[in-house]
Amino acid sequence: MNLQYFLQQLVNGICLGGMYALMSVGYSLVYSIMNFSNFAHGGVIMVGAYVGYFALTALHVPFLPAFLLCGLGSGLLAILIERLVYSPLRKRHAPSLYFIISAMGASIFLENFVIATIDGTPRNYPTLFANSISLGGLSLGVDSVLMIIVSAISLLVLMFIIQKTKIGLAIRACSYNEKAGTLMGINSSLVIFVVFLMGGILAGFAGMLYGMRFIVKPTIGQVTNKSFVAAVFGGLGSLPGAIVGSLLLGVMEIFVASFNSNLRDLFVYALLILVLVIKPSGLMGKVVEDKA
Amino acid sequence: MFSWYYIEGILIQSCYTLLIVLGLSILTGYTGMFSFGHAGFVCIGAYVSVICTMSFGLPYVCSLLIAGLVSMLLGAALGKITLNLKGDYFCIATLGVGEAIRLIFNNLQLSWTVRGKTFLLDGAKGIASIPLYTTFRKSLVIVVIFLTATALLMNSKHGRNMLAVREDELAAQMSGINTFRSKMLAMCMSALYAGIAGGMLAHYFGYLQPKMFLMTKSTEYTIMVIFGGMGSITGSVLGTVLLCALPELLRAVGDWRLVFYGLAVIVIMIVRPKGLMGGKELPVGKLFRALGRLLSGKKNGSPPDGGAAPGEEAQA
Repeated sequence: MNLQYFLQQLVNGICLGGMYALMSVGYSLVYSIMNFSNFAHGGVIMVGAYVGYFALTALHVPFLPAFLLCGLGSGLLAILIERLVYSPLRKRHAPSLYFIISAMGASIFLENFVIATIDGTPRNYPTLFANSISLGGLSLGVDSVLMIIVSAISLLVLMFIIQKTKIGLAIRACSYNEKAGTLMGINSSLVIFVVFLMGGILAGFAGMLYGMRFIVKPTIGQVTNKSFVAAVFGGLGSLPGAIVGSLLLGVMEIFVASFNSNLRDLFVYALLILVLVIKPSGLMGKVVEDKA
Repeated sequence: MFSWYYIEGILIQSCYTLLIVLGLSILTGYTGMFSFGHAGFVCIGAYVSVICTMSFGLPYVCSLLIAGLVSMLLGAALGKITLNLKGDYFCIATLGVGEAIRLIFNNLQLSWTVRGKTFLLDGAKGIASIPLYTTFRKSLVIVVIFLTATALLMNSKHGRNMLAVREDELAAQMSGINTFRSKMLAMCMSALYAGIAGGMLAHYFGYLQPKMFLMTKSTEYTIMVIFGGMGSITGSVLGTVLLCALPELLRAVGDWRLVFYGLAVIVIMIVRPKGLMGGKELPVGKLFRALGRLLSGKKNGSPPDGGAAPGEEAQA
């Protein structure tokens, strides 16, 4: 394996990892506040990819408006799911297992609703950026460079909101202890709203990037599940963990794939089991205690 | 309108699905642990039983037993490492294991020769021309055996321990229940059921491919348990028969079947989280006795014909 090949694969890995990061922060954000794995997130990403597809092919809008439309569509969908599916459970203080089941239900609903109304055939995005940049002997497609830049900017904006703004402070407070946060005058409904909105918007961006690179189909779950694995790997509930875990997983997956492409999915799930056995809280996650 | 062949197919499918759901009901409904990887156990069972019958020439029942045992061993190993995980992590682990099993069979290329017959495991292409040993009569017998076994288990000390673990693990532990052992028992039983059902499935379809065991299958089984009602055996029977046979009869629903599933789960979780039966059992015993009285009154003591068939009607 020469250096050039290594660097090329590294860039591919970071590209994939950046996309995973956009997806996995959604899982982690929701987990940090509500302590359950929001499996409906995969459906939200998938719908984002479809919004992008129809914006590009039916509305013929350029890349950037389509990209923003994806974010908008997925953000709205995420909020809608929160309002209709989770909020009744939240009011009843249902155990977190009920949330997971509902999330699974929502994910099955979204996937099959798209199959039933649109159809199940995979679709290709129109080619947006065909040319590639040559950089020190490496040939980088414009789309992959764009992917890395877009993911980086979106994640930086997210980190800025979480770390520097007032609502970010509220989110951090609620992720430590929701009840105490509410007693301090934090509107926890608003926090949950913002969390789902941000997760949804990033999911839409990720969906569009995914569609640009691969194909759009309703059964996108294979990929979104891998981004969930990345969130677990980094530590569920931790944003930096999700980002670091995603980048590491993306790079490792690409290198495993360059060794034997059949093993990439198996590697991801084997890693998941290994993480859960050795250190369930992941690289940077908080340690979960059984609240009796 | 419907030929017996078609109806028999639906009934066989309901039977082995019921077996899987019963196993899952022990794990989810009674012990309160969610598995999103049960299709993996079904997959193992299917492959093992097919290898037993096709390569080693073992009889059908024998192959089912071996399939169940292998699946149970795997369940025990998985339980050993994951049962102490808290919160969501157990179901995340089952998700990973289920997918990993499928992917292993997707990539496995093996061939060996026993008594002059070469057997080939060819990854994603799967296995074709499996002998069709699963008939309705056999599956009905198996299901009735396991229904009885489940009912006996749940009314025993172990069953009550499992319920205690579901309600409050910490409190159960404080009252002297070995919660790990209860959870392990539930895990092993449900893996055993799934393995045997996998063998039945393989010998009904006549072919086997790893993509028959996607994660959506696992969630479908979980949905059936929830739909019927957690912690209720008759609820599981009801849930399975309704969700398995009804869409088959209403073929026009087609793609909308799973849309309805998803919606049903969401609505059940909001409106009636305990499912159709709400943790209660249909009074099967009472119905039997009432039926017996009715029949003996009308036909002057002639025994009710076909023990299993009226039972099925009474439950459905």
